[in-house]
Amino acid sequence: MTTTSGIAPLSTSVPDDLRRATLSRGRRLTDLVARTAIWLSVAVAAVPIGFVVYYLIRKGGGAMSWSFLTDRIPHQPTTIGGGMGPAIVGTIVTVGFASVMAIPLGVLGAIYLAEYGKQRPLGRLIRTMADVMTGVPSIMMGLFIYISVVLLTHEQNGLAAALALGSLMLPVIIRTSEEMLNLVPEELRQASLALGARRWRTIVSVVLPASASGITSGALLAIARAAGETAPIYLVIGLIYRPNWSLFGANTSLPAQIFSNAQQPYAPANDRAWGAALTLVAIVFILTALGRFLAARFAIKER
Amino acid sequence: MTLNERQSPALHRRGRGAIADRTFSTAALIAGILVLAILALIFITTVTQAWPAFRYQGLSFFTSTTWVPNDPDGDGPAKAQFGTLAFTYGTVVVSLIALVVAVPVSIGIALFITELAPKRVRSSVTTIIDLLAAVPSVVFGLLGILVVAPALFHAYDGVHKTVGRVPILGKLFGEPVSSGRSFMTAGIIVAIMIVPIITSVTREVFATVPTADKHAALSLGATRWEMIRAAVFPHSFGGMVGAVILGLGRAMGETIAVALTIGAAVHVTPNLFDGGHALPAVIVLNFGDPGSYPGREALIGCGVVLFALTLIVNYAARFIVRRAEVRMKGATA
Repeated sequence: MTTTSGIAPLSTSVPDDLRRATLSRGRRLTDLVARTAIWLSVAVAAVPIGFVVYYLIRKGGGAMSWSFLTDRIPHQPTTIGGGMGPAIVGTIVTVGFASVMAIPLGVLGAIYLAEYGKQRPLGRLIRTMADVMTGVPSIMMGLFIYISVVLLTHEQNGLAAALALGSLMLPVIIRTSEEMLNLVPEELRQASLALGARRWRTIVSVVLPASASGITSGALLAIARAAGETAPIYLVIGLIYRPNWSLFGANTSLPAQIFSNAQQPYAPANDRAWGAALTLVAIVFILTALGRFLAARFAIKER
Repeated sequence: MTLNERQSPALHRRGRGAIADRTFSTAALIAGILVLAILALIFITTVTQAWPAFRYQGLSFFTSTTWVPNDPDGDGPAKAQFGTLAFTYGTVVVSLIALVVAVPVSIGIALFITELAPKRVRSSVTTIIDLLAAVPSVVFGLLGILVVAPALFHAYDGVHKTVGRVPILGKLFGEPVSSGRSFMTAGIIVAIMIVPIITSVTREVFATVPTADKHAALSLGATRWEMIRAAVFPHSFGGMVGAVILGLGRAMGETIAVALTIGAAVHVTPNLFDGGHALPAVIVLNFGDPGSYPGREALIGCGVVLFALTLIVNYAARFIVRRAEVRMKGATA
């Protein structure tokens, strides 16, 4: 008798003809094979994450140091050492500005869907299209921004990258925030309205605070996703070797640096790619963990 | 004195604060419409920008496998050619490999979480899947190009030597490319990346199976597996198909990991161990140096083809999932 069955262990009082041993051998064998396959599939999923963690710590840890986080990127891929300072700056600038744009707009859009649009035709259309937009390949967002920003301003810059990331974050934030707003009990809104508060007051001072933790958690997860996005950024951000804190002018970012250094046949470049990957994964995991923690800690109990 | 006369001005529709109210709802509406605007703009800008390439190449843009982005002889008779079929083929092949690997694993994990796992194990498995979902695709690409591809070459070589003479398998598992960067490597890397999404959707679908059905099967003497086959699968078939197609859409759009691991070879070959190319990969690898006019337009055209493919797949997924939801509601009612 396996302990994994989830059924309470059979006591000795079970009649003989209900025992597992009475099953035909074929049925017992099929069951065993199926269970083993299911356990194996879990093991198969655990292997890649183990690989990622192992190599990031072994290879990335070797490259990691304070100067790696602050130094400039060497011009030559064959140069040993150097750092990823400009890429970290670029990631902060682009992801930061993308969040500043996408989070308020996304929450506003979610307010429209949850409080005004609801099941009206326009609301449903926007909801459907937000879902479609989450399915748009991220490279399309890069092409779109390339055509509408880079071709117009004749410059690859951080602003374009931030706009691409913002467009990717927007639908995600709209849909997660809408779900959170829908969890706020209707009675809270009614109570506020009955006290004479205007609709916007009700939303701003009752509905939003009640769902703030959920929205924050969704936003953090969206930021984490955006920080790891490579393809759209790579098309529009250009390349730079020293830090650029401005939205204008060419910039660079951690994912873009990982991508270009991974393709180099030279070991020093590959080492920098591993170091950058460790930095990026650390940022992403911290944001994700924070988001999940907030979601679990302050969750509105589903009613 | 009627109630109406004593009503506070704040309660009037046109009273104090009405402007703020209207401003707020308009702002929300504009934010919502922004989604429609961006989506429309993506479509319009990319199609118009890619138009010169479609005009230049004609229908063979979609049906030719010849991609020669640089004019071979200046003013001579030979011209640059932009046929994208090889990339479409690569995208389809990589996505199919990814599905073949990822779907059984994902369904297994989802079954484990919903049906088999002891409580304590369940949460750690969920954490592993969440971690897997959080790792950026470029990191998987990095691992793929520097670690996985070279390691897999030996495995490919072994497989090729064993089945190389078998008629159909010999074609599929032909001579491996020495870098290990191939359809198969890209497919395996993409599979890892779509496991979390397929798992999370199938898990939700399995959770909707009525406990009564499961208990009924078990009380009739079914083993766990027989219960899963008799109660869980039939009930969630539609949802599972939807989850798979959702994963397919994600797999087709995956850019960076594929670009790093597929090997960038422009041809159509049944040999899964050979290098290939894919629609998003060709864009990101060649955008800096797109060749002679209309090279960049042709790359944007690749994006349009990809966009069309993913829209079709996503639409199919939504359609199937909705039908499955209707059926499931019918079953629980």
